[in-house]
Amino acid sequence: MSLAQTKSVALLGLDGHVVTVEVDIADGLPMYSLLGLPDAALSESRDRVRAAIVNCAEIWPNRKVTVSLSPAWLPKSGSSFDLAICIAILSANATVAPDSIAEVVFLGELSLDGKIRSVRGVLPALIAAQKAGIKVAVVPKANYGEAQLMQGIEIIAMEHIKQVIRWLRTGEREIADVIDMQWQPSDLNIDFADVAGQPQARLAAEVAAIGGHHILLIGPPGAGKTMIAERIPTILPALTVSQALEVAAVHSIAGSFATRSPTSLVAPIVSPHHTTTRVAMVGGGAHAIKPGACSLAHNGVLFIDEAPECPSGVLDSLRQPLEAGTITIARSIGNVTFPAQFLLVLAANPCPCGKFTGRGHNCTCSSQQVRRYLGRLSGPLMDRIDMRVHVDPVGRVDMARLELGESSAHIRERVIAARAIAQQRFIDHPWSLNSQIPSRALRSVFAPERSAMNFLHEELDKEHITARGLHKIIRVSWSLADLHGNKIPTLADVQQGHALRGGIDL
Amino acid sequence: MQRKTNQITGAFGEEVVSKFLTGKNAEIIERNWRIREGEIDIIAMYPSGVFAFVEVKTRSSVAFGHPFEAINREKAHRMQRLALGWLATHGCLGCDYQIDVAAVLIAADGSHAIEYRAAVL
Repeated sequence: MSLAQTKSVALLGLDGHVVTVEVDIADGLPMYSLLGLPDAALSESRDRVRAAIVNCAEIWPNRKVTVSLSPAWLPKSGSSFDLAICIAILSANATVAPDSIAEVVFLGELSLDGKIRSVRGVLPALIAAQKAGIKVAVVPKANYGEAQLMQGIEIIAMEHIKQVIRWLRTGEREIADVIDMQWQPSDLNIDFADVAGQPQARLAAEVAAIGGHHILLIGPPGAGKTMIAERIPTILPALTVSQALEVAAVHSIAGSFATRSPTSLVAPIVSPHHTTTRVAMVGGGAHAIKPGACSLAHNGVLFIDEAPECPSGVLDSLRQPLEAGTITIARSIGNVTFPAQFLLVLAANPCPCGKFTGRGHNCTCSSQQVRRYLGRLSGPLMDRIDMRVHVDPVGRVDMARLELGESSAHIRERVIAARAIAQQRFIDHPWSLNSQIPSRALRSVFAPERSAMNFLHEELDKEHITARGLHKIIRVSWSLADLHGNKIPTLADVQQGHALRGGIDL
Repeated sequence: MQRKTNQITGAFGEEVVSKFLTGKNAEIIERNWRIREGEIDIIAMYPSGVFAFVEVKTRSSVAFGHPFEAINREKAHRMQRLALGWLATHGCLGCDYQIDVAAVLIAADGSHAIEYRAAVL
């Protein structure tokens, strides 16, 4: 037998294509040709595979070896094909039985001594394999954690090609240590109890968690904006299994499991620095398209500190994902769509020097600078921000208070209860969060009570709020109503929503 | 001295391969045909009338890799050119021909083994 085939997966963004790896060994001078649009890392597989085979005391065929990765038109990149190529060569060389591997997906990079190294994107690759009807997949042991999330496909974790060869020859394999995999949130040791004072910002965070409202925190340095933002994931409900799978798939491609466990049910938080580039924010890359911060924050929180310092294009690039919940990146190698449904939390100083609070006695900025500073955030992006909350400096009284603030666990219970109410209400509608109610519905089916509506209309007449602001206040007041257990938003809910809006229309 | 030993080894290998070809009813036409560009070790004709240009690699150890690995792309191209050169100078341009390689491994006890691959290019 000088012909053998096996399977692997090529990834383009989150989309996987099952690739057939065929190997033909023909008489002729020793040669190796790899067909099927390989990139540089993949072309180098020859030397890794050869060294691995020789160092495991197997026979490298000193003949004309042709490796074909089909479909041939699909560009393939990365080192994850090493293992599949290696096994196909051994099989074509009659070292292992060919029929045992023809329908098995192999993923993994080889080291020169035959160890199987971890690769990126194992989870999306397995999802594609399962869709294509593959029943068995061999993955690097280092990727076993994320691979176990897949149901309906037998996962075999291997550390060394010797183990793979023994499994293929004799059928025996070491059962990988069963890592106790529970869908349990990892313990976060940050808690809302750490935040001193700040009743308004706490309420805003809670409302944001209930209704998925994007939020802007304005306050001087050291007031606790970052503390509050970082704690929002601790009060969000646990992800559902399918949401967690989506999150894990994105993180698998980005290779960011060092900072986040693949099995975590906690909503992710991503906080890119304000000097970040547009590509880092939305994703991109010329050879392999990688997800950006807004996709890594999918089903979680995207927190941007010092938002007015961001180059304007970076924040504006978030407009499409905010609208669609996905981001499509077009490059010459293809179009890739990543999910990007996140809760946007922006933090900003009130002015360039950061000290414009109260009457602004300590502020050294000119009045024009102060006006311009937050003006940088204006425009279509601010359209999507439902709440603008001032975070005031923590006073002596707050600091001196002995009792801690409410813990995240308490707040989270209320958030979960309020979300359940909202979900029940939206059962016949395509949206599930208060922040997603369309404007028209806010004036008809989902209008607040009459007195509240009258109050808003008066505010509108006095030009205290705009029509856009009116809709946002109603959305927020629905979340407040859910929190307070009111059937529809009362006058008090709407007034509170008005207050959380910060009374300013930028 | 070293060179001399290698030459003897090489000549021995070519002799072994010639006998091997004769045993296959091929006719040895020429050995060590040499022009400025290089040398063809053995030129033979198969009973079917196909010319065979044979490159012989003789080794007394595999420490430096398999003998065939010494035939890289450049060397293969040179053999192709030499073969055409021979055909042209002998008025046979257009005849069927093929390029073969043979590896002769000489063991420490003096026994030898031939690995022969026909029509490799």
